[in-house]
Amino acid sequence: MPVIKFIEFDGTEHEVDADDGISIMEVAMKYDIPGIDADCGGGAVCGTCHCFVEESAGPLPAVDPQEESMLGLRPDRESNSRLSCQLQVSDTMGNMTVKLPEFQM
Amino acid sequence: MAAGDKGALADPQTTPLSELDVSDPRRFELDCWQPLFERLRRESPIHFQAESPAGAFWSITRFDDIVAVEKDTETFSSEPTIAIIDPPDERRAPSFIAMDQPQHDIQRRAVQPVVAPKNLLEFEALIRTRTGEALDSLPERETFDWVELVSRNLTTQMLATLFDFPWDLREKLSEWSDAITSDERMTAGTGLSREERLLVIQEFLGVFTQLWHERKGDDQESFDLIRLLQRDPNTANMVDDPLNYAGNLMLLIVGGNDTTRNSMSGGVLFLNEYPEQFEKVRADRRLIPSMVSEIIRFQTPLPHMRRTVTRDTQFKGHTMKKGDKVVLWYCSANRDATVITNPDTFLVDRDSVRNHASFGFGIHRCMGNRLAEMQLRIVWEEALNRFKDITLMGPPTRICNNFVRGYSHMPVQVTRI
Repeated sequence: MPVIKFIEFDGTEHEVDADDGISIMEVAMKYDIPGIDADCGGGAVCGTCHCFVEESAGPLPAVDPQEESMLGLRPDRESNSRLSCQLQVSDTMGNMTVKLPEFQM
Repeated sequence: MAAGDKGALADPQTTPLSELDVSDPRRFELDCWQPLFERLRRESPIHFQAESPAGAFWSITRFDDIVAVEKDTETFSSEPTIAIIDPPDERRAPSFIAMDQPQHDIQRRAVQPVVAPKNLLEFEALIRTRTGEALDSLPERETFDWVELVSRNLTTQMLATLFDFPWDLREKLSEWSDAITSDERMTAGTGLSREERLLVIQEFLGVFTQLWHERKGDDQESFDLIRLLQRDPNTANMVDDPLNYAGNLMLLIVGGNDTTRNSMSGGVLFLNEYPEQFEKVRADRRLIPSMVSEIIRFQTPLPHMRRTVTRDTQFKGHTMKKGDKVVLWYCSANRDATVITNPDTFLVDRDSVRNHASFGFGIHRCMGNRLAEMQLRIVWEEALNRFKDITLMGPPTRICNNFVRGYSHMPVQVTRI
């Protein structure tokens, strides 16, 4: 079971065990991690589960055009920006460290 | 019956669907739109209507289908416009909501900082002070119009702040906002004619052009919308393209005004219709943010958005032709029981309450959604600090419009704590 470390914008850390097959967004919702809104529930159509992937044990899936179009509107976008609803927890991706942004919009 | 009467409204249950005008704005004025959309979701969720005051159009009424259309921006364009009616070609005033990528992103990014949550923190104290003042000045033991004294008053003040607009003239902003959305073709003839609207647009463009030139190069550290446009190299000369400038101003004026105003009024209505929900929020103020999302869902202040098909396509078994209009009925998506449990009930502690269609989806998702939520949250926090009850004294008057769902008058009495 991969371990996901969430780091809030203020530095508060949360380390949780993540079930395979659910998204990083769903992990955050399950453990009530503040900083992810996930308004649309996982469709990559609202952009409110934005996060920065600091580290991952395995390779991440590529950003698809839909995710790219939503990330493109984020004023705080970085090269490691992702929508956490588009990252499925798996043994190949393994443990991850995810930083949360100052705000979702 | 509304002015511009085209005959009595047909019964949405028994009339053949082909004889019903889905866009008839009188259903919103009379608040009897729900049965027709319920029937469309069930019988004809992707529905073609050959004739209407706005011409032929498709109606999309299920939540998931609307999301699918909004995701496919290459097939379903936001150009030339996002309302069911077409602007006259010679007077097209393009705004970023009615643009596709990449131009949409370029112009939206220029003004987006005004509603970045970082900036909102600075607005919060100001909004709270103004809200408190407005609520403190309400008459007691006397019926007054909540729309005028609270909703319209507060959203006009907010809009003036966003534009850094001359304070004494701020009422103009709401007048313009009303005029922009009152095209006679989407109001069953009750709105303004093209000529009347053009005069209004010329007036506000004149005022805003003057403001632009006064501010140009003053280097003031301000996050008002005009200076944000001036500061971004991509939009720094927007004033030279008056139609584009006017289009974006209209978008920001309507987007920042009508929507929040009508949700501010809708909340009073819903809490009166569902007194046990009012009780829940009185007992637990932590429910206010969730209630705000539920108000926005239940109100659906913009009942539709429109896309235009860019190439012949198949959508869920239906053949759509290049140029076809596709109307996405957000009001219907918000009552779709396959996505929202018990959707016709107003519930302040609903699960997944933020998952509603009122803000749209994809790149055109409402830019000011966090500001709107904050304004509504503060109104209810401050109202509950002051009032035991906010009592609806008679039915509200609704506007006759298929693009803006709202109220022109809502008689209310307040009882102070």
